[in-house]
Amino acid sequence: MSTVGLVIVSHSAKLADGVVELASQMARDVQLRAAGGTDDGRIGTSFDKVSAAIAELREAGLDVAILTDLGSATMTVDSVLEFLDEDETAHVKFSDGPLVEGAVSAAVTAQVGGDLDAVVAAGRARELFA
Amino acid sequence: MTDNLSLAWALAWIRSAQATLEEHRMELIDLDRAIGDGDHGENMSRGFKAVVAKLDDSIPDVQGVLKVVASTLMSTVGGAAGPLYGTAFMRAAKAADGDLDSEKVVAMIAAALEGIVARGKATTGEKTMVDAWTPALEAATAAKDSGASPAAVLRAAADAAAAGAEATIPMQATKGRASYLGERSIGHKDPGSTSTAYLLDEAAKAAGA
Repeated sequence: MSTVGLVIVSHSAKLADGVVELASQMARDVQLRAAGGTDDGRIGTSFDKVSAAIAELREAGLDVAILTDLGSATMTVDSVLEFLDEDETAHVKFSDGPLVEGAVSAAVTAQVGGDLDAVVAAGRARELFA
Repeated sequence: MTDNLSLAWALAWIRSAQATLEEHRMELIDLDRAIGDGDHGENMSRGFKAVVAKLDDSIPDVQGVLKVVASTLMSTVGGAAGPLYGTAFMRAAKAADGDLDSEKVVAMIAAALEGIVARGKATTGEKTMVDAWTPALEAATAAKDSGASPAAVLRAAADAAAAGAEATIPMQATKGRASYLGERSIGHKDPGSTSTAYLLDEAAKAAGA
């Protein structure tokens, strides 16, 4: 049983949805949430969408690993993490890796029962580029 | 002291900043199209419109205004400017307790710069808004040390930010999406440092300088 869910943050809603679709294929029991685009459907990232996706997974009792596509998405995520309650910070972590490979690798690790640190490490997936 | 900056200044600043960003929307879009994704003008315009819509009589002080700016920019600006300016205004708010004397104006600018550096992990010379905020802080500090009024401190900061923005033109971007362009980023003014200069200029104008 997976204890970690993933939030996929992209500037493009389509890209976030696509990564969720792709990563779910090998991780059928893992909860993945797409947080793509701005609140009004433009290219960009949304503090509120990211916060809502995290809250949804946390309410389901899951730890949360977050992956992003580009630097400003990462800044949005960093801002969200800064505003989390202190007792939440151990349960919500950013995985700084390549979005597509990282998401697949993290999702599979969550599927086979990896804990948050293992999933975050898998998302970094540096060895995929070695 | 009567020349300290109060709630009325903060409200006037943010309202006129919105008007200026609207006026320069296309310019910022064009600057960002040259070396980025072209959304800076639109994002700043949308963000500050949303901010101004939230300014009302329930806001008690300068700090309150800056907090509204921070949280609204954070959630309505889709691009990098959202978390960067959001963090800058959030940190500035913490430093802006009560009315602002020259010391507090400098502390506010220092806190904003600190927030931007923490969030964006940029340093000077990388063709980012740090290249406007850093000289702004230096000039503000020098003005404060020579006994300048809060308004004059803001004017010094604004002029230095404008010069800092101009100085980004020959720089090669090494942070953010402009860095993907490598040498082709040379010869263009950085949009974030340009909007920074506009914001600080309006802060000084609202203070009467």
